[in-house]
Amino acid sequence: MRPFTTMAALACKLAIDNIDTDQLIPARFMRRPRSEGYGNFLLHDLRFDADGASKPQFPLNDPKLSGCEVILAGRNFGCGSSREAAVYALADYGIRVVIASSFGDIFASNAVKNGVLPAHISEEDSERLLRADDLVAHRPLTIDLGAQTITVGNLVVTFAIDPVWKKQLLNGWDDIDMTRSEAGTIARFAEQDEIRRPWMKPAGVPPPTAPRGGKTR
Amino acid sequence: MARSQPAMTIIDKLWDAHAITTREDGQTLLFIDRHIVHEGSFHAFNQLRTRGATLARPDLTFGIADHYVPTRPASSAANTEAAGMIEQLERNAHEHGILSFGQFDQRQGIVHVAIPEQGLTLPGLSIVCGDSHTSTHGAFGAYAFGIGASEVAHVLMTQTLWQKRPKRMRIVVDGQLPAGTGAKDIALTIIARIGADGAQGHAIEYAGNAIAALSMEGRMTLCNLSIEAGGRLGLIAPDQTTFDYVRGRPFAPRGDDLARAIEDWRLLASDADAAFDREVVLDGREIAPVVTWGTSPEQAAPIDGSVPDPARMGDEHKAQAAREAIGYMDLRPGQALNEIQIDRVFIGSCTNSRIEDLRAAAAILTGRRSRVPGLVSPGSSAVKQQAEQEGLDRIFRDAGLEWVASGCSMCVGMNGDTVPAGERCASTTNRNFRGRQGRGSRTHLMSPAMVAAAAVAGHLVDSRLLARE
Repeated sequence: MRPFTTMAALACKLAIDNIDTDQLIPARFMRRPRSEGYGNFLLHDLRFDADGASKPQFPLNDPKLSGCEVILAGRNFGCGSSREAAVYALADYGIRVVIASSFGDIFASNAVKNGVLPAHISEEDSERLLRADDLVAHRPLTIDLGAQTITVGNLVVTFAIDPVWKKQLLNGWDDIDMTRSEAGTIARFAEQDEIRRPWMKPAGVPPPTAPRGGKTR
Repeated sequence: MARSQPAMTIIDKLWDAHAITTREDGQTLLFIDRHIVHEGSFHAFNQLRTRGATLARPDLTFGIADHYVPTRPASSAANTEAAGMIEQLERNAHEHGILSFGQFDQRQGIVHVAIPEQGLTLPGLSIVCGDSHTSTHGAFGAYAFGIGASEVAHVLMTQTLWQKRPKRMRIVVDGQLPAGTGAKDIALTIIARIGADGAQGHAIEYAGNAIAALSMEGRMTLCNLSIEAGGRLGLIAPDQTTFDYVRGRPFAPRGDDLARAIEDWRLLASDADAAFDREVVLDGREIAPVVTWGTSPEQAAPIDGSVPDPARMGDEHKAQAAREAIGYMDLRPGQALNEIQIDRVFIGSCTNSRIEDLRAAAAILTGRRSRVPGLVSPGSSAVKQQAEQEGLDRIFRDAGLEWVASGCSMCVGMNGDTVPAGERCASTTNRNFRGRQGRGSRTHLMSPAMVAAAAVAGHLVDSRLLARE
């Protein structure tokens, strides 16, 4: 994972509350392998009409925002389904930061695991940023993860981030490596737990049922 | 229990029982007792392959096909692609030695319906699945939550997850619910009250005598919708209702093991003086049948209410969201909810596809015709079989609805069952997001009885007006 420290980038305003992961990537695109890239599916049904034509009024389609790496959203961004494909779509499109006054829990966790920073700001700061002249004029903003600040022209707002997530993003760390170093502790826990809760393991696996051969569902 | 320890909530008891180690930064490594994978887990299996890693605990990992399972005989190209997703799950399960309930297994169903039915969901367990509605299993007093693909990969490789201890929230519902209302109405009432992000960062315990009076089916419906309130998980302390449900299920403990388990499970309940970070209290007697009018589950109101007028809403953010939702849903501010005409109905999904849900819908539909087309998809192959034994399938068919096989179906439309653009669907599902049931679809969430009543009337209506004594 690429470490995240500071960046200056264009931000796209999506001042809508409750942008759910179904919006971020409609379910029908989720069969594709990640290797194909998910960027074109980001907010697909808001960006494109039923014939696949780009909707000019949608902020992300504004040519002045081409190459934007930040999304400034409303409240409860990424609520709904746990689909990590929503973050793949953001990341593959090139989004590295989402700024919002609150996030869906699973979304925020998925974001960090893919190197996307969920920057949590207050509702007041959200209003301030949305109105900021520089953003209205499509000038870039600066995000400093170490200092936890967003700077737009003369306006500086701070954002909150879980300290663990901050450390992971700053260092580009991966959970799995960290967990593997605990292998011995995990094994001891599992051993003791089996004594403490012998009923926890699934009881004798029942014989597999005959497949419903030939029956059409 | 000797009280040398401070009073604890069920949330903390479950957490402590699964905490392997806690880092200086406060993240705790939790042991996972059950990991359920479905078709969407292919991303995680691919990560495993990339790392050349093996599965840590195939004995605690189960596969099940639900999102892409066709509910009718497959024919279209979309269904061929869906079949590929199911086969991919089977291949991954086989390669890693996981027991999997595939499309044609009699134990197949929606993960949150079929896994409890098999006795794989037990009180006191930690349960994860790459599906946000894993909170459903909290109905048993389990610590159950949805995870993303990277976390699925982590659990596959280590049988653990790093988590931060959540804040504790208690939602108390006392007082007997009015006849004709149930778990779905409680849940939508809560979400409308606290907002779609109202429980963010919290684990929710549902308590109170209205909750204790719910069946396991009702408890699962309620816990299912915890995610729609923004909570990572919701749970209910196990009691006799829970133990009676678990007893005798295929994978559940038996004999002495069960007796010992129940002893242990009884200790899970929150201590009387345990402190919660937040508490919400509802009067069960004031719950009414609720429907959503907007595109977020929080945009909901009792059926005798009306679509709100954004101009009269104090909060400009909420007003703007309401304006957009009303536009998308093609409604008018102030429009009476029971005047909203519908184009089709869907009964199913992990929220409301259990036998009790089907009985509630059938009770309204008996001897009546639906004015609109619709699908009824039982939550599992076992529910389908039981419903057919009870003759419910005939009631649905006689009413003019399609009785199809079990799966996630028209809740999320991944298997090709979708609501056509512009159409309005009365639905027992959990999400009314834009395009959730298909591009341009409009969804009104409500209970199975309310969907059945809407089918008969052709518009949203209080199901109690159609109930028979």
